[in-house]
Amino acid sequence: MKFIEENMVLFDVQVEGPEEAIQKAGQLLVDSGCVDSAYVTAMIESYQENGPYFVLAPHIALPHARPEDGGKEASVSFMRLTTPVKFGHKSNDPVEFVFALGASSSDEHIQVLQKLSSVLGNQDKIKQLKEVSNFEELQKILDVGGNKQ
Amino acid sequence: MKILCVCGLGQGTSLILRMNVETVLRELGVEADVENTDVSAASSENTDYIVTSNELAESLTSSSAKIIIVNNYFDNNEIKSALSEHLS
Repeated sequence: MKFIEENMVLFDVQVEGPEEAIQKAGQLLVDSGCVDSAYVTAMIESYQENGPYFVLAPHIALPHARPEDGGKEASVSFMRLTTPVKFGHKSNDPVEFVFALGASSSDEHIQVLQKLSSVLGNQDKIKQLKEVSNFEELQKILDVGGNKQ
Repeated sequence: MKILCVCGLGQGTSLILRMNVETVLRELGVEADVENTDVSAASSENTDYIVTSNELAESLTSSSAKIIIVNNYFDNNEIKSALSEHLS
């Protein structure tokens, strides 16, 4: 499991649109060995096919694909956009935070989702996500207990 | 009572929704069979309720299930009021 480790984070990225945002957040998963590059292509295709339903909360997108699309390890990357972009979601646009999800068929997949869920269900933490400027600060927000390193 | 949580692929986001729906149902003291699946499988599945986003609800109109729409998958208060409004 790789949950937003230091080399899986990008602050203040400028993108032209949703597909570039998915591509860049997905590339973080590729670079850390969690997914194949085909997986990133599948995330973008899923957006084109199913629309922006993965913008799960105001300003927060969780692009992902299926484990069989080239997912190797349960993982999450984090990217913050300088200028929020519209994904076409009726109520949760524009997107400012992109959490790319590397899917795996293991139990770790569920653990990753639970961790993410406990962060994103907390309004205070989401507010702090706007303000952090380095990985150490981000790590404090993401620390939901039981994962001290 | 059966509740289906639906997303585009049936893997990531519907699982998050399912975990949060189960938490809310426990709080409400409601017993239900909760499953998650993708949008194409959902339309042919026999279920009492479907919980999903506005976007995907449009492709589920052929289902006989009652559709419950949730905008913020992480907001258990929203999920709670959406569920208690529909489940009677």
